[in-house]
Amino acid sequence: MLWRLTLRSLWHRRATLVLVVLAIALSTALLAGVERVRQETRDRFTSTVSGVDLIVGKPSGALNLLLYSVFRLGEPVANLDWGSVEAITKRPEVAWVVPISLGDNLRGFPVVGTTTDYFRYYRYGRDEPLRFSDGEPFDDVFDAVLGAGVAARLGLKVGDEVVLGHGTGTVSVRRHDTMPFKVRGVLAATGTPVDQSVHISLAAMTAIHLDWVAGTPLPGRHTSPDQARARDLQPDSVTSLLVGLNSRVAVFQMQRWINTRAPEPLQAVIPGVALGQMWRMLGMVEQALRVISVAVLGVALLVMLSALLTALNERRREMAILRALGARPWQIGLLMVGESALLSLVGVVVGVLLLQGVAALVMPVLSERLGMALSLWRPAPLEALWLLVVLVSGMLVGLIPAWRAYRHTLSDGLTPRY
Amino acid sequence: MSTEVLRCQDLIFGWRETPVLVLESLCVAAGERVFLSGPSGSGKSSLLALIAGLVLPRQGSVAVAGQDLAGLSAAGRDRWRARHLGIIFQQFNLVPYLSGLDNVLLAASLSGIGRAPGKEQALALAQRLELSETLLARKATELSVGQQQRVAAVRAMIAEPALLIADEPTSALDDRRRDHFMTLLLRESERQNSAVLFVSHDQRLAAHFDRHLDLPALNGATPCSGD
Repeated sequence: MLWRLTLRSLWHRRATLVLVVLAIALSTALLAGVERVRQETRDRFTSTVSGVDLIVGKPSGALNLLLYSVFRLGEPVANLDWGSVEAITKRPEVAWVVPISLGDNLRGFPVVGTTTDYFRYYRYGRDEPLRFSDGEPFDDVFDAVLGAGVAARLGLKVGDEVVLGHGTGTVSVRRHDTMPFKVRGVLAATGTPVDQSVHISLAAMTAIHLDWVAGTPLPGRHTSPDQARARDLQPDSVTSLLVGLNSRVAVFQMQRWINTRAPEPLQAVIPGVALGQMWRMLGMVEQALRVISVAVLGVALLVMLSALLTALNERRREMAILRALGARPWQIGLLMVGESALLSLVGVVVGVLLLQGVAALVMPVLSERLGMALSLWRPAPLEALWLLVVLVSGMLVGLIPAWRAYRHTLSDGLTPRY
Repeated sequence: MSTEVLRCQDLIFGWRETPVLVLESLCVAAGERVFLSGPSGSGKSSLLALIAGLVLPRQGSVAVAGQDLAGLSAAGRDRWRARHLGIIFQQFNLVPYLSGLDNVLLAASLSGIGRAPGKEQALALAQRLELSETLLARKATELSVGQQQRVAAVRAMIAEPALLIADEPTSALDDRRRDHFMTLLLRESERQNSAVLFVSHDQRLAAHFDRHLDLPALNGATPCSGD
């Protein structure tokens, strides 16, 4: 009966209480959303490099090296010599190496110069290999393989012709228009930066820069594609190197060898360690977001408290009636706590639904901007804890009007004072 | 079992330090109808709170249906009140967001007697107070004042209390409705053999009662305003 009384009482005041529920829902969606973004970015970044044991480049900081070689974020500082690539490839611990050469773009999408080993050895998520949704790996010098996102966004398919732009910006003043590429293959979507990349061979990377010195085209020289094919297109250097080992046990040993004994000063980075460094940095931002979310929860709870206390003054008569009918003071207190608990519960449910709605509507846009398929659809493990925090704090807030109602019932007798 | 449903003796009571109620003796016999005229400031609120067992007297004793209330725990007094007392207020008697029937059934469920009176019983009682099932299904706020007071009467009497306390229940009604309400209320209380303690300042109603008491005359404490 008490339960029914609570429901009826809340329904009776639904016009004002809708706002209370909305406030709690918003704070719930924020708290859970921050948790999901945190979890999802971690999962995504980790899954992107899941198959790589070491990333090798010129010394420039572990995080920087990781971000530009795998996530296409930031700028590479210097290249490593091809001789180093060969020296590392020869090591017995090494199973495969995939060189990466960056610096050009296709209408803003980064161009990755690499070898066909990239398609063979790169792994993401739970040991997933790359798959072609159409076509095949590049074969000719002027073949390109597009990530799923690039093909979809630019409306390109196998057989189409593309002209690459110089530099990594979105708008290229200088374009490699004398050497157009033909789309040879399109990769299936992976949810990693691979989707947003254009892949060409290292030879192609050398070819399109034959007439260039230090980032500018030499005036008066126009090598044609056929002339380029006749030249020696072996690269002198690459931006970085993804390395897979025969056994993960050797990873520290190999890292030490590269850092100290390679032919030139190099840095080898264990992706997981570098990511850890990044999470520690991002931890502050996440903490700030959490503080804001908790503050919003605080405001929502104050909104609820003010609604309950305002109603309480109007309900002193009702409390006196219940007392006259034999209701115990604690039953009246429970009525109050039950109301705040129920409001919090509805708020939490609406909040989670709100978050799912945002996940469905907003995340596709955000994912494209980030170059990674973020999904906020799945609940994060820690989320349950936050939902519990909202519920319990909502219930605790109910104790304040409950205590006041209890005091009223003792002092009012049968005739409520106002 | 005592034949007295209410016995107040040598009462001294005050919410704060100054006593607002000093009462030598007030008794109501089973089935008796007592008219108590008590204007505001006469200690009426205190007396009703004492009889209901919401508060205990500083001195003296209050016995309801043969039980000294001081001998019960707070929980016991709440149960005793639900079981043996029916209370009708001046107005706004009903929980506004419940239907009339739910108001009645709420009282029945709080009265805590083994077999709570059910819906049929409530409807039968309502019928005798000229309330149809359709009216009872309406929300309290959708009923007229007269209908609300009759629902309140049904609610007060659903557990067949030994003593019915009515605190100015007709003050919000016009003459015709007031007389009608009095007739129905007293007829039903007689049928149930409930004693009635009727508090009012409207002397015209006194004719309906066996005995008349004047609270300011009974109360030995200095009357204070705003009680």
